[in-house]
Amino acid sequence: MDEKKGREESKRAFGRRDVLKSLASLPVAGAFFLSYVEKKRKEERRRKEILDELGLEQAEAAELPLGPRKKPAELIRLGIIGVGGRGEHLLRCLGFVHPDWVESKRIQAEENRLNQDLRTFLEQEDLNVALTAVCDIYDPRAERGLVASQNALRDGEVKSVSGARRYSHYEELLESPDVDAVIIATPDHWHAQMAIDAVAAGKHVYLEKCMTRTAEEAVKLYEAVKASRIIFQLGHQQRQQESHQKARFIVAKDILGKITLVQTTTNRNSPDGAWQYEIPAEAGPHNIDWEQFLGPAPHRVPFDVYRFFRWRCWFDYGTGLAGDLLSHEFDAVNQILELGIPRFATASGGIYFFKDGRDVPDVFHATLEYPDRELTLFYSATLSSNRSRGRLFMGHDASMEVGETLVVTADPESTRYREKYLSEVIDTSLPLFTFRPGGRGIDTVTSASERYFASRGLLYSYKDGKRVDISHLHLKEWLECIREGRQPSCNIERGFEEAIACHMATESYLRGRRVEWDPVRRQIV
Amino acid sequence: MGVKRAGLGPGQTAALVFLRFVIGWHFLYEGLAKLFNPQWTSALYLAEAKGLLRPWFESILADPKMLKVVDLINIWSQMAIGCGLILGFLAPVAAVGGILLLAIYYVANPPLPGFTSSLPAEGSYLIIDKNLVELFALVVLLVFPTSRTFGLDRLIFWKKIKKGDG
Repeated sequence: MDEKKGREESKRAFGRRDVLKSLASLPVAGAFFLSYVEKKRKEERRRKEILDELGLEQAEAAELPLGPRKKPAELIRLGIIGVGGRGEHLLRCLGFVHPDWVESKRIQAEENRLNQDLRTFLEQEDLNVALTAVCDIYDPRAERGLVASQNALRDGEVKSVSGARRYSHYEELLESPDVDAVIIATPDHWHAQMAIDAVAAGKHVYLEKCMTRTAEEAVKLYEAVKASRIIFQLGHQQRQQESHQKARFIVAKDILGKITLVQTTTNRNSPDGAWQYEIPAEAGPHNIDWEQFLGPAPHRVPFDVYRFFRWRCWFDYGTGLAGDLLSHEFDAVNQILELGIPRFATASGGIYFFKDGRDVPDVFHATLEYPDRELTLFYSATLSSNRSRGRLFMGHDASMEVGETLVVTADPESTRYREKYLSEVIDTSLPLFTFRPGGRGIDTVTSASERYFASRGLLYSYKDGKRVDISHLHLKEWLECIREGRQPSCNIERGFEEAIACHMATESYLRGRRVEWDPVRRQIV
Repeated sequence: MGVKRAGLGPGQTAALVFLRFVIGWHFLYEGLAKLFNPQWTSALYLAEAKGLLRPWFESILADPKMLKVVDLINIWSQMAIGCGLILGFLAPVAAVGGILLLAIYYVANPPLPGFTSSLPAEGSYLIIDKNLVELFALVVLLVFPTSRTFGLDRLIFWKKIKKGDG
């Protein structure tokens, strides 16, 4: 009986019951759709409330375009003075590379697939520059510079080009008619003199930080550049960070409220980080022009290979943490808040860990006071701890952490956000929003994972699928300004502010008391 | 083998169907949430991978075009699996897809002794984690398919069902 019924069942047509069974999941799909739409609506409303509150538009948060550009028409001929570690990096950013570097990066990429350095270099934009002159007083480095000048990046490949001429004295390089613009990447004690001479020779200048070794030199260089028509850029490449542009925007919209404290830091914990660079075995008085190295340095000292390679460790040639690292932090804050020169500076520190004969401190803190802006800029550094403390802008309504990423967190005691906080639109234990370059603007929906990833910092900075070196961007800006006759972002005004701020900190440390800037006499008192 | 042949009662069938709805909903929302989040990328998960899959994931991370493709595959396959399960549309295929994805996610970051994951997670896991549980739930759905009884597959495969294969 059942069998017959079964056979009859299977012969029947697709009936009403079957339709119902087929569509059994529609209510579920419907429930999903409805709850999803509801959730999206709530999230959208919250996001709009926050953006409205902050006075932002989602579109404004978009990143700066870096689309493919035409190779610039006008060739610029460059000379470089100082081809050490930094100098070689700058040459690579311009497209000139030593084959050794290419080979070592190729091997690194084979061992670690995540190493993108070679690829990033090969995809670098062509800046249409020629390297016609190289000057370094250490023969092997000058050689490396010459070899690099003969290997240029063209269309994604490293090709042979006719190289530069070597100069043993930088004055001769500056006299060359084949040089339109010069890059100075020498130790700090030479910065002012070389830059002033370059300006006098009518060459555009890209100068590495710290702008000068002393405040007096800074005044002289400032006068020289202001009186000239050349384009001057100081080497603070972090200005090109997207997060910094975003930070300026956030400050302009007054999202943080009144900012009274900015905390900047440096934390390193390695011999290399403490400037104990390797001393090449082949270095000696036979291939180092020691007299030229000393140049404007305050003391005449017999040949010392340590002083040559580790010049950052001595006040005769550098300014230690102030000129090396406070300078970057100061310039970053100056870029975002436009602070200028502080009125007072107080510094302290000492040589607490790297007792290797240096005279610059390896632990150093400086407090730069801006009574007119009602704000303190605090800097704290140690070369013997790698604990990352970040860069923090503390405002009454919110605080902002700026690195490669940007995180803004509302303050529970905020006046401005009080209402939203009480009505639970804002949760002050979570960031108000985060910004990660490569994403598409501001993210106001911060889940636990998002927060975590933002705190980890950037994995890659992809723009249009390409990773970009900010030093390359900084040099590119300088070259564009030369061609277009306009001022770059880190021009002589910003350079002067940087130099004076750093030297105030150094002077306070050396004098053991608070110092003040006299803007009329232009002296540190 | 359909629920009819397995001789399951209405309560058991209902439980299986709800399991299918619930897992489908989970997959669909996972995919949808990523689709509408411009910040989302699998890069950060790929970077945290350990063990067997690490070399493969590294080669994806190293190639930005590949990464974009992987992101899209993740999003759309999750949504397709979710829809397939909820609607009972080619549900066995969806189940197999889900098992595959979950297997990859599990092997990428297995909570084995000696591996510490730095990804945020709720709950404590030793060898078995929620991915594995969901994976085996999908295996159950595979061996006790319900989509030809309750789902669009009933319409699609009606001819087969009529012949008694359903």
